[in-house]
Amino acid sequence: MSIEKEIIVKEIISVGAEAALIRGEMWDNDVVFKLRYPKPYRDKNLDEHLRRTRTSYEAKLIGEAKLKGIPVPSILYVDPFNGLLVLEYIKGKKLKERLEGLDSSSSRKIFKDIGRYVGILHSGGIVHGDLTTSNIVITKDNRVFFIDFGLGEFSNELEKQGVDVHLMLRALESTHPTMVSSLFKAFVEGYKSVRGEEWSNKILAKIEEIRLRGRYVSRRRRVRKSFY
Amino acid sequence: MDRVIVLGIESTAHTFGVGIASSDGEVLANVNRSYVPISGGLHPREMAEHHSKVAPEVFREALEKAQISMDDVDGIAIALGPGMGPCLRVGATLARYLSLKFSKPLIPVNHAVAHVEIAKLSTGFKDPLIVYVAGGNTMIIAFVKGRYRVFGETLDIPLGNCLDVFAREIGLGLPGTPKVEELAIKGERYVEMPYVVKGQDLSFSGLLTHALKLLREGNYKLEDICYSLVETAYSMLVEVTERGLVHLNKKEIALTGGVARSKLLADKLTKMAALHGAMFKPVNPEYAGDNGAMIAYTGALALQSGVEVSVEESFIRPLWRLDEVDIPWIT
Repeated sequence: MSIEKEIIVKEIISVGAEAALIRGEMWDNDVVFKLRYPKPYRDKNLDEHLRRTRTSYEAKLIGEAKLKGIPVPSILYVDPFNGLLVLEYIKGKKLKERLEGLDSSSSRKIFKDIGRYVGILHSGGIVHGDLTTSNIVITKDNRVFFIDFGLGEFSNELEKQGVDVHLMLRALESTHPTMVSSLFKAFVEGYKSVRGEEWSNKILAKIEEIRLRGRYVSRRRRVRKSFY
Repeated sequence: MDRVIVLGIESTAHTFGVGIASSDGEVLANVNRSYVPISGGLHPREMAEHHSKVAPEVFREALEKAQISMDDVDGIAIALGPGMGPCLRVGATLARYLSLKFSKPLIPVNHAVAHVEIAKLSTGFKDPLIVYVAGGNTMIIAFVKGRYRVFGETLDIPLGNCLDVFAREIGLGLPGTPKVEELAIKGERYVEMPYVVKGQDLSFSGLLTHALKLLREGNYKLEDICYSLVETAYSMLVEVTERGLVHLNKKEIALTGGVARSKLLADKLTKMAALHGAMFKPVNPEYAGDNGAMIAYTGALALQSGVEVSVEESFIRPLWRLDEVDIPWIT
């Protein structure tokens, strides 16, 4: 089957380091084409291998998330050999852009939802890998959608799930500094409602550890004054 | 401050070097001697012994090359870290002595910052994304708000170390990277290797272990293993560089450090830069490996901005990270 005939390309949304995002239509649906285009700088076999495995892995993550009831775009078509993933287009705006215009009770409600969904993802052993306010879409009626599982992975490790939540906190701190404490509190509330006190507190302790360890701390290492 | 001339001393690892350079980027001398082990790897104590032996002649030769006397020098720059303690102490001792004897200010220089500054001087780029790859470091760097920041780095061994150790294991000696590349060019077949990119960071230790395992098993040609090893390591690095480039929206990429002499890596970075409409240049090969000139030049920039350290406070700093250093000369 030649897929080209089924596709209408409308506009290029972005050309990232990993893939190009293109808006268009397929089988009468508004869609986003996520194309992991070939990279001329690496061995052809390696390039094909990376694009193929990453495309199908991302599709698996999205599929698993959907089965657990997480709002994610539907997958219309996957062609791992060409690095192509065709996803439902979610009508809405990035959370990053919407946040400033929302009143505090709706934004808290949104973050509680996000926390709950991330809790469900983590319970099911799915780590999103890039939880920022750019990768969450908010619809007109304030429903949440998770997009871009390109850096995600299947894992139950405390470390990886901690990094996931830490990234959300970091994203809030860097892009929405005035709202951090109330929004993150709402997030944790939602997260706890799924994962319980014990695990959630472990995650919070992990975040503290990550902060001290990371290169976000100017002097992460013990500075020892060496003798002459 | 007007143009200053600084004498810089490098002794963080296997190279002992003395360079003389001005703050406007003229290199008057760049004299370096590298320790080459008779067999095995680099032992810090043996390197330090080597540095102590060659230090006086390297110093004299640098002054002769530059055809100046100590009176013409405005300051003494010393790479206080990061590096190996025994090696660092040799250079630091000489620098403190020169500073006291000739009453010249002592200027602390971070070795990694020096690699970055010499790359900017050599490529002419003003605000590039910098790829720093050597036997001791693998980092993607850019200047943001008063400091050089790290946008990705190795989580275990550096790329140059990965190739050097592999070369040593197959009996090729140091420096191993060019020799592994020679074999890699003759390789024809890509054998699957662990490709480990974690977000912006890299890991090479599993790759090294796997390549050595394939070698011992003997099912593949050495050339093919070298090709696959080099291809995987460089592709990982270029992928992370590409992410940094898009994320920071930079238009220039500079390659620096010992591995900057690599044609294969330069070729990959050129192709990647073209994809995003960016320019790529490697540092001049003379300044790729560790050298005294880069310490002198960076020291000159620092002295102009008033950066100095007293002899009493001039501790060596083996773990000194580049993102801990304020850069007052960029405004």
